[in-house]
Amino acid sequence: MATDILMPALSPTMTEGKLARWLKNEGDKVSAGDVIAEIETDKATMEVEAVDEGILGRILVQEGIEGVAVNTPIAVLVEEGEDVPAASSGQTPAIVAPAAEPVAASTPPASAKAASREESSERIFVSPLAKRMAKDRGIALGSLNGTGPNGRILKRDVEKSGNAAPVAPKAAPATAVAIEGDVKRVPNSTMRKVIARRLTESKTQVPHFYVSVDIELDALLALRSKLNATAEDNSFKISVNDMMIKAVGLALKKQPGLNVQFTDAETLHFENVDISMAVSIPEGLITPIIRNADLKSLREISREAKDLAKRARAGKLKPEEFQGGTFSISNMGMFGVRDFAAIINPPQAGILAIASGEKRAVVRGDQLAIATVMTATLSVDHRAVDGALGAQWLNALRDIVQNPYTLVV
Amino acid sequence: MSDTFDLIVVGGGPGGYVAALRASQLGMSVAIVESTHFGGVCLNWGCIPTKALLRSSEIHHLLHDLGTFGFSAENVSFDLPKIVARSRGIARRMGGGIAHLLKKAKVTTFDGRAKLAGRAGEAHKVSITKDGAEVAVIKSPNVILATGARGRQLPGLETDGKLIWGAREAMTPAELPKRLLVIGSGAIGIEFASFYRNMGSEVTIAEVADRILIAEDPEISAAARKAFEKQGMKIITGAKVGPLQKGENEVSTTIESASGTIDLTVDRVICAVGIVGNVEDLGLEGTKVQVDRTHIITDGFCRTAEPGIYAIGDVAGAPWLAHKASHEGILCVEKIAGRSPQPLHALNIPGCTYSRPQIASVGLSEEKAIASGHKVRVGRFPFMANGKAVAMGETEGMVKTVFDATTGELLGAHMIGAEVTEMIQGYVIARTGELTEAELIETVFPHPTISETMHEATLAAFDGPLHI
Ligand SMILES: Cc1cc2nc3c(=O)[nH]c(=O)nc-3n(C[C@H](O)[C@H](O)[C@H](O)COP(=O)(O)OP(=O)(O)OC[C@H]3O[C@@H](n4cnc5c(N)ncnc54)[C@H](O)[C@@H]3O)c2cc1C
Repeated sequence: MATDILMPALSPTMTEGKLARWLKNEGDKVSAGDVIAEIETDKATMEVEAVDEGILGRILVQEGIEGVAVNTPIAVLVEEGEDVPAASSGQTPAIVAPAAEPVAASTPPASAKAASREESSERIFVSPLAKRMAKDRGIALGSLNGTGPNGRILKRDVEKSGNAAPVAPKAAPATAVAIEGDVKRVPNSTMRKVIARRLTESKTQVPHFYVSVDIELDALLALRSKLNATAEDNSFKISVNDMMIKAVGLALKKQPGLNVQFTDAETLHFENVDISMAVSIPEGLITPIIRNADLKSLREISREAKDLAKRARAGKLKPEEFQGGTFSISNMGMFGVRDFAAIINPPQAGILAIASGEKRAVVRGDQLAIATVMTATLSVDHRAVDGALGAQWLNALRDIVQNPYTLVV
Repeated sequence: MSDTFDLIVVGGGPGGYVAALRASQLGMSVAIVESTHFGGVCLNWGCIPTKALLRSSEIHHLLHDLGTFGFSAENVSFDLPKIVARSRGIARRMGGGIAHLLKKAKVTTFDGRAKLAGRAGEAHKVSITKDGAEVAVIKSPNVILATGARGRQLPGLETDGKLIWGAREAMTPAELPKRLLVIGSGAIGIEFASFYRNMGSEVTIAEVADRILIAEDPEISAAARKAFEKQGMKIITGAKVGPLQKGENEVSTTIESASGTIDLTVDRVICAVGIVGNVEDLGLEGTKVQVDRTHIITDGFCRTAEPGIYAIGDVAGAPWLAHKASHEGILCVEKIAGRSPQPLHALNIPGCTYSRPQIASVGLSEEKAIASGHKVRVGRFPFMANGKAVAMGETEGMVKTVFDATTGELLGAHMIGAEVTEMIQGYVIARTGELTEAELIETVFPHPTISETMHEATLAAFDGPLHI
């Protein structure tokens, strides 16, 4: 019997993706586990595997099509000797590739998602509870990403999108006003849109507060030189960032009050310390995760951080490698900035902004001295964590960084 | 036969064998290693044999209530070895069924003890020993640990197989103890107490907490206590059990509680004071797998800190229930296969106690719902007002629902009475599907059934019940 191959949800938040490449042609035999296509999502490129065996009867969505909604039939799989149906085998009308029509270069391409929603008057799957909660809070169902089975919208999805989001424009109206003169119009990439949506949500719905401390780095830098000197033939090279990841991990273990997540009903306290590190990539920003950062050695962290950053830049991270995390670090040390405050990466409750280390005059007793000092600013979700705890946590972090032997024992 | 598999499962209980079956369905090559018997504790020494015993004690109870139904009989008697033999036979049959299912699914089975033995490249190696000698070494990138758990031994209360029983001795008695002390009032302790009381033993329950069945809503604990006491059980809460003085064929002790100190002499003691995970000798030392006390730490998809090593079921912590073990097995395997399973939501796992009366619940108790910030609406409905329950002569029981007053979410459901273990799934579906009171109220329940109490308990939380 002919069966449809559907656009898979490769991550819980994925609603649409781009069909980057077909790796099989119509008529090719496939067996379960064969990679048949590559899909690009907002954050990464991933492979799609066949779950059944058969013959790739017809490709319904051609390479290069963007905004293909999850669960749209993308191809039809038939058995050997079976007739190939012209369209999707189910009743769902197949989305026929809009790319065949060349798009005028000056107009931004129409959103294929909007088109598909209209064409198939796509049914929204939502639990009765989520439906009622969304209605009470004035949230449009269409604006929610369902993370339940088959993309069903659940309570948690409504909770994640926060309270009282207005139905109509979600963020400040970002529509362009009439502009005079030449303007280059760059359509927002999926990643840009995700960054815009998530950070707007965070800044408008999560009450941030900020605490800063100055941390002296000389001891840490000395330790780093010593450690790196022991690396034969450069087998490893530990960076200040690696050491900060470990230090933050240990501080979260010591003061676990920040390793939390706020939800309406309860505050989740995490046992594991999984640190998301912001990595800038040409399209924007992604936060791969060093899991159990408190338990890993500096060498392990260093190796993992390098590997994750490299693959992040190549767009090759797996969803579980950048989704999850219990706390974030944003490090702008390499840019010579004195201090900055970061926006919380929801649903986490905290993010540490690390600025550059620089030589500054410090007062020791009644003497002036010179030390390498770095300002670290903590942004915290005040719903889950109060000021005193934020301050205590930063002090714990400072203790660890200024007495860095704890990073290696 | 190749020594490399897509998946190796260690332990053939309801966690492990279900994981193996699901993996085979998804096209993986699977090996499962079991040291003792397929079916694990559940089929051999847990869920199933105890339910067989409880069925006998239920019949015993009915036989002593025949007059109610218009019967009379004389010299009704029972043969305990036959009751035990029936229970053992059922366990054997079910265990054998598992071996057959695994064979049908082309799962390769190994008879022996498995232990992690380092890596071979990407793969984990698992060494299998039988009677102390290594019989095979197999490899796979994915290993699921499903080694289960065993009863906890407290100092001074160690089971000795003769006077002081663990679950195994308690389900294979040679003769009925006239006087029995049950220490611990979780589901297991309560089920044994119920079995022996219904068979005619004098039963005392000693519980250290201030109420029995501490996992249940306090109102249900209180109703259960009342029912058990009416049957003649003696229940001591806040109890401190003194040293057990073993005699030839009896045990004496003192039990301290708020209501004073009593001296107690019984024939047998059953110890049901918790569970410890089987984490020993699994070769975890060489891995990053983290163990918290006796349980392996896992994430929502049963992953341990060591890539490629997973843990499910009792060894991965509470709730220690067979259906939790199986469900984890399935979602873990689906995750390995690259599907997108939903992580297990602890509040959607039902808990059942098969005593007389039965007890079943899912979700939050009223207390906990309020403590976690919900404004609640609570509904209650007694079996006394349900036609089918009255017709069956099962009027002892009630259903309690806890809803969120604003969203209508069913936060918890708590039931006590006949057949509630069969009915709780209705509320579990409601929770899993995120139904609200509206859908439950709209549902047509068949009449006459005891399940109508579930409808009424929902109405009671909102518009008001009809039949009371
Ligand atoms: C008296 C009693 C009554 C119970 N009643 C119920 C009930 O009514 N409902 C319910 O849901 N739960 C009940 N339980 C709990 C239930 O039995 C367990 O939750 C369930 O068996 C857990 O399944 P599992 O697969 O995790 O482990 P287990 O069932 O313990 O299986 C583990 C298996 O692994 C094997 N094994 C261990 N180590 C190794 C090794 N190194 N190599 C190879 N094999 C190994 C063991 O031999 C065993 O067969 C009851 C338990 C008891 C004791």
